[in-house]
Amino acid sequence: MQYVAAKTADEAVALLVGQSGMARVLAGGTDLLVQLKSGMVEPDLVVDIKRIPGMKDITAEAGGFRIGAAVSGAELGEHAGVCAMWPGVVEGFNLIGSTQVQGRATMAGNLCNASPAGDAVPSLVAADATARVHGPNGARDVAILGIPAGPGRTTLAKGEIITSIFLPARPARASDAYLRFIPRTEMDIAVASAGVSLVLAADGTVESARVALGAVAPTVLLAEEAAKAITGTRLEEDALARMAAACAAICKPIDDKRGTVEFRTKTAGVLAKRAARIAYDRAGAKK
Amino acid sequence: MALDAYQKREFKQVGTRPNRPDGVDKVTGRAMYGADATAPGMLHAKILRSPHAHARIVSIDTSAAEALAGVKAIVTAADFGVPEDDFLRDVQDHCMARGKVLYDGHAVAAVAATTIAAAKAALKLIKVEYETLPHVTDVDAAMKPGAPVVQAGRAYENVPAGMSENVTHHCEFGHGDLDAGFAKADRVVERHFKTAATHQGYIEPNACLASVTSDGKAELWVCTQGQYFYRTLCAALLGMEASQLRVTASEIGGGFGGKTMIYMEPVALALSKKAGRPVKLVLTRDEVFRATGPTVSSSMDVKIGMTKDGRITAAQARLCYSGGAFPNTTVDMGAQAAFAAYDLDAVQTLGWNVMTNRPKESAYRAPGAPLSIYAVESVVDELCQHFGLDPLAVRLLNAADKGTKSSYGPTFDQIGLKATLEAAQAHPHYTAPLGPNQGRGLSCGFWFNFGGNTCVSLNVNTDGTVGVTEGNPDIGGSRASISLMAAEELGIPYEKIRTIVADTSSLGYNDVTDGSRVTFAVGLATIKAARDAIRKMCSRAAKIWGIDEEAVEWVDGAAVPAGPNAGKFPPMTLAEIAAVSAETGGPIAGHYEVNADGAGVSFGVHLCDIEVDPETGATKVLRYTVFQDAGKAVHPSYVEGQMQGGAVQGIGWALNEEYIYGTDGRLQNAGFLDYRIPVASDLPMIDTVILEIPNPGHPYGVRGVGETGIVPPLAAIANAVSRAVGVRMTELPMSPPKLLKALEAKG
Repeated sequence: MQYVAAKTADEAVALLVGQSGMARVLAGGTDLLVQLKSGMVEPDLVVDIKRIPGMKDITAEAGGFRIGAAVSGAELGEHAGVCAMWPGVVEGFNLIGSTQVQGRATMAGNLCNASPAGDAVPSLVAADATARVHGPNGARDVAILGIPAGPGRTTLAKGEIITSIFLPARPARASDAYLRFIPRTEMDIAVASAGVSLVLAADGTVESARVALGAVAPTVLLAEEAAKAITGTRLEEDALARMAAACAAICKPIDDKRGTVEFRTKTAGVLAKRAARIAYDRAGAKK
Repeated sequence: MALDAYQKREFKQVGTRPNRPDGVDKVTGRAMYGADATAPGMLHAKILRSPHAHARIVSIDTSAAEALAGVKAIVTAADFGVPEDDFLRDVQDHCMARGKVLYDGHAVAAVAATTIAAAKAALKLIKVEYETLPHVTDVDAAMKPGAPVVQAGRAYENVPAGMSENVTHHCEFGHGDLDAGFAKADRVVERHFKTAATHQGYIEPNACLASVTSDGKAELWVCTQGQYFYRTLCAALLGMEASQLRVTASEIGGGFGGKTMIYMEPVALALSKKAGRPVKLVLTRDEVFRATGPTVSSSMDVKIGMTKDGRITAAQARLCYSGGAFPNTTVDMGAQAAFAAYDLDAVQTLGWNVMTNRPKESAYRAPGAPLSIYAVESVVDELCQHFGLDPLAVRLLNAADKGTKSSYGPTFDQIGLKATLEAAQAHPHYTAPLGPNQGRGLSCGFWFNFGGNTCVSLNVNTDGTVGVTEGNPDIGGSRASISLMAAEELGIPYEKIRTIVADTSSLGYNDVTDGSRVTFAVGLATIKAARDAIRKMCSRAAKIWGIDEEAVEWVDGAAVPAGPNAGKFPPMTLAEIAAVSAETGGPIAGHYEVNADGAGVSFGVHLCDIEVDPETGATKVLRYTVFQDAGKAVHPSYVEGQMQGGAVQGIGWALNEEYIYGTDGRLQNAGFLDYRIPVASDLPMIDTVILEIPNPGHPYGVRGVGETGIVPPLAAIANAVSRAVGVRMTELPMSPPKLLKALEAKG
């Protein structure tokens, strides 16, 4: 196995394109190193992208924030601007692993690991964030929803890497939230999860909403009907019930050691309701 | 024997909380655990394991692996003999499959190579041809006639005819007329229970370093709860004499019973013998789950009759335990413990052991008892709910006491159950208010406790310090407790004493650290060894003073003349006597050897408050209090630690821990991610109330405390859930999907 710490995104892309065998990208390594140790993957080439300039930067851009692909959970969690604007994105990302893992883990890595249960992903989808992809043909911006292709698979082509994630600007009365269900309180993988992003109108009704569900289908789901069910409401009980039902209607989970189809389907709706309430309270509390 | 017995005394050091002697090493990372041993020229070993739940091994071809650079030895079952003794053969077959693989993860071959990478690469080159066989992993399915037979011809004579060949053992305990008893009841409840297998979950994976020399001597450094028992087993399987195999126990990162049995140590020894070099073998977590440890899984029926004022009239339990692919008798302990807390006129427990295609069961903290007592305490609670009776009052009404003929035969001596129940009743926890979806549960727990073979040496150093040499790995602070008891008896400060755990060549046979025996039995032997040394020190003082030995006694760490007739001499301290020992007869040491009786049974009562999230089925433990009789708490912090640790392991068993097998018979969750032991943030502080009802069988009144604590949580939580949300969970674990389903079924 060859290990290379690329100095530029172009170098990383060239290395990946030039490798005929198995190549893997290393950012935080919190998934890759575990896979290497357990023998799940035996790559011929590992390209470390952490040392590429800009990869560890969080920069203000167009009223929002651009987050480098090697920014860790601990670093994002300490960024006051991102925490104030996108608390749901930060709380989802910060749920991954332990304190130690948070020192290494990255959002881009969580996205590219492509687990249906990735905790960073639903909030990014709800936030309508985009990933900047560098490849042999230059850079392009891709909606987060367009990255995962299935468990462990992405839509990225050979040689393509994510270099940053962009969180867009927010109106004043807006916020988001993320909740997952795990049988424990930490150190676990989501059995079902929900990220909700809301913008409130001046009268306190929901002006627009985005709802995303994790761990209930091969890839993260954007629950558009669920969002419609609460748009124009103040999250009254019947609106939340319609939202939960709309969530349940699109779930396509599996039965496995972590949960049943029935349990995941039901819980996804419960989490979406609860996350919506939290996002609503956060948005309403803003002046 | 009268001197062995409990004598009331004022303690000066026992009952205090000094720092443990192994504490600094452990918190600074210096402690030497199993994987920390190294030797010059050491090789690394890896084990090839079966991917099948049940298969015949047609052939094993190791030629390509042997040819790989760096590979120094490969062993399979062909490198071992076939022990005649059933137990030894099972132990060996569990370490290395012979003819058939009996479970997913069963070892089939092992490689020793110069690097871990070479050993791993060699495993891939070993070609094993399997003929897969039908498998069975569920205890009920395995009992059915026509079920796949795990091992043929293994049933003991006591198994009734006509059962599946997988049923290897049957037991029965009890007394009285059941029919008459049930006829007197105002209500009889019978419920079926099922519990999943769980793992001890020790954090340190099993590890050893074996070194066999060409003249037939061997060393084994190993993480174990019992170096002497490991020596007995390994020597027998390797055809060695005990004196030629020296086993040294490392520090131990958790055992909980799971490290009372060998799993791969004879394999490491065989590899070392074949390669002529030391061999280190460290299991991965995946291997720990697949091939070591777990408890029995169970299927149980419990039937109890009660009058409307709460008197139990008759009780019966039918317990089917599976300890994996080998015969075992753990169900005996479950059957004996089931109704131990109750004074009953009519009681019967029946037990069966059933083989399944799972790893061989190992002891886990009060083996067999948590399951049967979960079932019993659940049915008692349901009867209390039916009659609207206070569950503590009902337990007090029926509680076993001194003189009760126990459900398993013996008549109890002084026991602490009633005092423990009364302490729970009087505690503010019992009457604290509860909120919506919250419930309070309680359960009694019981464990037999054990004494056993014990050998201790106590050496008085010439500078006035003392070394205690004992043979039981310290899994719960026992070195601190043993030092405290030696200090108490000798009358010198705790800091002057260092207690070490010796290798197998240094002392006579010591039973493994199990049965909550160490503080009791090693403590007893230490006190007696100290008394032996005291007698010798009194004799030395007598010699110096020129008076009779009998005219000298030991008071507060010094020899003094016994009364005015003995003469007038100033006291001679231990340090003063030790300093001149060379002139009075040489070194001073005390010894004691015993097969200790009188361990004294242990009871506990747990109270817990939980809250159920009715929308997700998640159970949160809000408050938890353990009440337990410790006899005398020698080091109260470590007594509390045992009570807390037991409670937490029981909570894990109740809520989330389980071995999950797929339809292919393979273990689905061989890792801490999906085998969910509780994490710290899952739990409230576990409060403890130590009761001290002296054990008549120990000089200081000590009782074992290590195991009882894991017994009550299973039912305490099930009972709390029932009282919180009105569903009776009869299957463990009560994981959220199961509880949510039950809540929906209730409507």
